[in-house]
Amino acid sequence: MSKNMKTLPGTPLSGKELKSDKVITFNWRPNAKYAWSAGIAYGRFLDELKEGRIIGRRCRRCERTIVPPRMFCEQCFVATDEWVYVKDTGTINTFSLSYLDADANRIKEPIIVAVIDLDGASPGIGILHKLGNVDPKKIDVGMKVKAVWKPPEEREGAVTDILFWEPL
Amino acid sequence: MSFDKIRDPRKIRHQIGDMECDYVYTAGITGERFYLALRDEGKLLATHCEKCNITFMPPRMYCDLCFGELTEYKEVHPRGVIESYTITYENRDGKPLAEPLVLAFIKIDGTDGGLIHTVNEIQPQSLKIGTKVEAVFEVKGKRKGALTDIKHFKPV
Amino acid sequence: MNIKKRVAVIGAGITLFRRRLKETGKELSFLASNMALESAGMTRNDIESVVMGTAPDAFDGIHMKSENLLDGAGATRKPYTHVYVGGGTGVFAPIGGWWHVASGMHDTCLVVCEEKMSPCFPHPQTAFRTIWDPIITRPLNPNLVWIFALEMHRYMKVHNIPKEHIAQVAVKNKGNALDHPSAQLAAKITVDDVLNSEIMVYPVNRLDISPPSDGACALILASEDVARKYTDAPVWLDGVGWSLDSSYWTNRDLYFPQYVAEAAKMAYKMAKITDPPKEVSFAEPYDPFTYKELHHTEGLLLAKKGEAPKLTVEGVTARDGDLPICPSGGLLGVGNPIAAAGLMKCAEAFWQLRDEAGKRQVPKAETGVCQAWGDLMQVGTVCVFKRDS
Repeated sequence: MSKNMKTLPGTPLSGKELKSDKVITFNWRPNAKYAWSAGIAYGRFLDELKEGRIIGRRCRRCERTIVPPRMFCEQCFVATDEWVYVKDTGTINTFSLSYLDADANRIKEPIIVAVIDLDGASPGIGILHKLGNVDPKKIDVGMKVKAVWKPPEEREGAVTDILFWEPL
Repeated sequence: MSFDKIRDPRKIRHQIGDMECDYVYTAGITGERFYLALRDEGKLLATHCEKCNITFMPPRMYCDLCFGELTEYKEVHPRGVIESYTITYENRDGKPLAEPLVLAFIKIDGTDGGLIHTVNEIQPQSLKIGTKVEAVFEVKGKRKGALTDIKHFKPV
Repeated sequence: MNIKKRVAVIGAGITLFRRRLKETGKELSFLASNMALESAGMTRNDIESVVMGTAPDAFDGIHMKSENLLDGAGATRKPYTHVYVGGGTGVFAPIGGWWHVASGMHDTCLVVCEEKMSPCFPHPQTAFRTIWDPIITRPLNPNLVWIFALEMHRYMKVHNIPKEHIAQVAVKNKGNALDHPSAQLAAKITVDDVLNSEIMVYPVNRLDISPPSDGACALILASEDVARKYTDAPVWLDGVGWSLDSSYWTNRDLYFPQYVAEAAKMAYKMAKITDPPKEVSFAEPYDPFTYKELHHTEGLLLAKKGEAPKLTVEGVTARDGDLPICPSGGLLGVGNPIAAAGLMKCAEAFWQLRDEAGKRQVPKAETGVCQAWGDLMQVGTVCVFKRDS
């Protein structure tokens, strides 16, 4: 009965109290390591990135050209039919300026992230990546961008073989 | 329907990573009473459910059978009986131990539960289910508020 | 559809929501469950089944966490089910409970949601690292707030929504939360406070985001046969719906949550609601971010696409407006212990529909809809509650 509730159960602890010797805590870091297999589709995707190319898969039933590629179309629920190269240019669908790093620490210069709809893929088929060589104030949805690749000898077969995308 | 096959295992790509979190667990309301009593007084505390006549070791905030809230803590002697035990010769990573380690479930006298702990000061071959044991505490200054404030159990 | 029994909510319980609570997960589950049982005049013996909603492993660092919690949820030696769909869990757990009772299998079901995010260091955010595809996304070192910022920006861009309109949601919800006894971040703030707060991931500012929290909540469900044994004012769970979209979130347009609309259609159909804006008295959509309340209000078909901000600015969604949204104070005001947050919204609907919401009471509340969302922006879960007539 909400209107009768005066004090609810629960004992708040501040960060400072957590360190006091009146509070008993135990620490642990799990020692789990993982080796995630790229699978068939991403394996080829990464091989092509190493060669400086972006590859997708085509589903003949819904006629979508999808990136990142997958061996099955998740909408038609059948195997996709063929490999298709797409361009390394695209259009910004949405973007953001991150003043936080991966651990939620503050950073001064923002990381610029975007969903980029790729030329040659079906409409609305985009990938997540970063933008660079651009004034954050001048970016807008709809802007055309092009991938900036690592030099061939530095590529590993990873999404980071593309350093970032810059205005066309 | 058939997928592309990869025939050369060296061509299977992997991404290596790990679970990167550190965890700080609070002992909770009852756990904290239990560990503070171990650390500061060298005592073992249990909680008692009047309705079901069960004395919980380790102590709990609630009786999980009648779901009553348990607020009564009682001290019990750190003595008990070996209900079951095992002897391990390897550590967690599979490396051999210098001395075999005895782990036992010790039913604590006066309670309906017990503690899992190590047993020492006896040859493992002489151990039996039913052997009476008592706790050997760490010296007060070195106790931290953890189950290791009991160094091990030894036969009585 | 062959529903055997109508399902009622007959009791509810909730703990404080705070950044860090001393209690273990088991103790939190017990405190919320115990309170729910007391509110219905029931004991553990009266409960035939238990459904738990809680994040597995990663936040607390306890493997098989729901099994660890079960004795605190009154489930020792009872049929026990664990459900989890990220943030959608709080409205999905009552749906799991609904299956037990509507099928005729059990007359009563205790639904518990618990979350402890505080054990995870350096920040609960770190536990989300493995939500990303390890091949395609994780090498870019993403921060979880990125995806929300990208979605928010797309929504704003497609409909031309100024940030000021979105900030209004934080002002409303944190203000509403001043009257909620669990509330972690209730406050009287202004639109300028939101716009001037620290920029996290543009366009998301600090006051646009709900906090990580510890907390637990519980509801008791009963079939129509036994509900009236325990209460004169059962609240009926007459519609349930859930839908998930694929995790290839860069392959769909983020401006509208289609999966929330699918879940809502499913729940409205079951509850025989044909004109949601007219027939729904209040709504509790999931609001972990300011823009999400608006995004979800449209997903719940309570406003036309792009129109929810206007309704907020015009005061329509205030507690004394024509369609109150988040009268509880939502996640922005009360807190966000992932699984428990959504159930807090269902508990709110329960109290509202029996006139027990105190200062938060929406006048003449007849029908309430609760919704939650989560995972990789892909799940919509919806429950429709009705007052007993």
